[in-house]
Amino acid sequence: MAHETHTHVRSQTEYEYIRRQRSKEMRGQLTSFAIMIFLTLIAFTAVAADFSPYLITPIILLLAAVQVVLQLYGFMHMSNKGHGMVAFFMFSGMFVAFITILALVTIVWW
Amino acid sequence: MSSIAQKKGFGAAMWDYLTTVDHKKIAHLYLASGGIFFLIGGIEAMLIRIQLMKAGNDFLSAGTYNEVLTMHGTTMIFLAAMPILLAFMNAIMPLQIGARDVAFPFLNSLGFWLFFFGGVFLNLSWFLGGAPDAGWTNYASLAIASEGHGIDFYALGLTISGFGTLISGINFLVTIINMRAPGMTYMRMPLFTWTTFVASALILLAFPPLTVGVFFMVFDRMFGANFFDVTMGGNTIIWEHLFWIFGHPEVYILILPAFGIFSEIFAIFSRKRLFGYTALVFATILIGFYGFMVWAHHMFTVGLGPTANAVFALATMIIAVPTGVKIFNWLLTIWGGSISFTTPMMYAIGFIPSFVAGGVTGVMQAIAPLDYQLHDSYFIVAHFHYVIVGGVVLAILAATHLYWPKMFGTMLSEKLGKWTFWLFFIGFHLTFFIQHFLGLMGMPRRVYTFGADQGWDLFNAISSVGAVFMAAGVIILLVNVVMTSIKNERVGNDPWGDGRTLEWAIASPPPFYNFAQTPLVRGLDTFWIEKMEGNKEGMVYAEPLEEIHMPNGSFVPVVMSFGLFVASFGALYNMDGDKGWTIPVIIIGLAITFGSMLFRSLKDDLGFHISKEELMRDVKGGKSDGLK
Repeated sequence: MAHETHTHVRSQTEYEYIRRQRSKEMRGQLTSFAIMIFLTLIAFTAVAADFSPYLITPIILLLAAVQVVLQLYGFMHMSNKGHGMVAFFMFSGMFVAFITILALVTIVWW
Repeated sequence: MSSIAQKKGFGAAMWDYLTTVDHKKIAHLYLASGGIFFLIGGIEAMLIRIQLMKAGNDFLSAGTYNEVLTMHGTTMIFLAAMPILLAFMNAIMPLQIGARDVAFPFLNSLGFWLFFFGGVFLNLSWFLGGAPDAGWTNYASLAIASEGHGIDFYALGLTISGFGTLISGINFLVTIINMRAPGMTYMRMPLFTWTTFVASALILLAFPPLTVGVFFMVFDRMFGANFFDVTMGGNTIIWEHLFWIFGHPEVYILILPAFGIFSEIFAIFSRKRLFGYTALVFATILIGFYGFMVWAHHMFTVGLGPTANAVFALATMIIAVPTGVKIFNWLLTIWGGSISFTTPMMYAIGFIPSFVAGGVTGVMQAIAPLDYQLHDSYFIVAHFHYVIVGGVVLAILAATHLYWPKMFGTMLSEKLGKWTFWLFFIGFHLTFFIQHFLGLMGMPRRVYTFGADQGWDLFNAISSVGAVFMAAGVIILLVNVVMTSIKNERVGNDPWGDGRTLEWAIASPPPFYNFAQTPLVRGLDTFWIEKMEGNKEGMVYAEPLEEIHMPNGSFVPVVMSFGLFVASFGALYNMDGDKGWTIPVIIIGLAITFGSMLFRSLKDDLGFHISKEELMRDVKGGKSDGLK
């Protein structure tokens, strides 16, 4: 049962496997961190360079979407096993929110 | 704490219920308070029917009529139908999946008490200067102009009880995802568990828009914000959108568990596996999914334009497809079955034609041009009473009879049950069928009286007579409950004899720790499989008998909810602007709530263990009935 503690001694192979996995994950996190910094730089540059708002707005929105995905999968472990339900509910929530906003924008405020 | 039967005094029993975190006792609380609100809503319905009994009646004044009508709708939806369904979900769903309890027992209790105090707050409006009077939809254009505090009671009360519902929804989702017994895959879950799952997902996604809308309303009235005030650049239509973005999924939150209950009943009393189980599951998910894309069909006459109306009209009609799939699956479940006409089965059989009638008028209203004719007439009233009474209320009454033995250990009288069914069923059709024609004859809804020269006298009188039949049915049900409780004839695990799912494999009522050993699920209709294979115990076990870890009861949820209740009074009277005591009351109320949250966070509560010896004793002595 839950309150009984089991001690499990890792074998050498297991230990190395976990170590490899962890360093791989760390590499992934660092990469996505670098990409996110880079994307933010692009966004700032676009604004600083005084491009037309019609260019800047879509670029920033696009970059924001990419950042959200990187954040979820790179940092918040959504790519790991056992996150299917979480992903399903998050995307359904986003879908409902999107439909709502789309409808309000098109039929109330347009 | 021990499971040894003890005779408890009233005070001890009361304290037990106030502090309980056991899903079965919380189910009792939901059923009792939902039942009381159902009676209050029913009395309001009777007042409406007395007022409309004859032309030019002056039984209720126009203003009182508005209040009664608003409170009837609000009470029935938020404080009666939903809580009673939550009662059955709480009582049955964890048993159906072989769980020890819900995932967060403390939150379960908190959810109930928030609902309870929200409901009490809303109903106190009757004694404190007038109830809300802008309809259960509380359209902003009307609500903002409403004088007195009625609307504030509505907004604050629904905020509190809405928190409770949201908490329960999330709790059920986590429970079903994480706490299924070994072998209970998604596609082996009983239909009631499935519909609970989808309804909880709808609660999770649909309640936030309501909260936003109600917050806007509170801000408009409390702080002079102008979200809905057109003269200040606001938009009154936004309320309608927010309300119906919530409101349409809300009616599916009500009807899906009802579908689940009927699915169980059809299978049990036809002694057959559900026909098209997979199709039923996917139809449930599909209905939940479509529920979010059709809300504007409540607003065809607002003037959204032909494109929006056409899109929403088509989306609405599509919903008839998965619903039709369900109806045919139920019919084919009955077909060729060995049917026993018990009380729950009679409700289930009566449900099919009633609900289909409501569905057909629904598709009629989905035709936007026709809706311009039907809008705000009694046709609409007839339609939604056909789906809500013919669907949800019949399901609630059916489930009361079906699950009463599982919840309380005694069988409701079948004889009185059938009396209730016939009186209620006949009364229901008598009241509402004729309202279709009143609508087509032009009678508008929500108007407190009508003239003698309009030709609506006879039909209204017939409708009122029907209401008397329904009331008589409900009174007989109450008599039935009292008589059954006094007789107190205990029943075994499977009182209907044909139970199929895991809840029938455990004692009625189950011991407070549910299954002593977690069951192993070997297929759909777990208990039926074991019975058919001659397993006397009714289940196979996934683990040896071990100590069980249980959560302690807690009084904190009551205190936490009570704090919000107090703060709401401060907020409500603060709007008057001339009452100095309101700010301290708000602060005291919030201090109670946040203080108890802090207390809960800082104090370690590790629960307790039931020893193996105690469990063995229970099993041997046949004392797995924990509620005596």
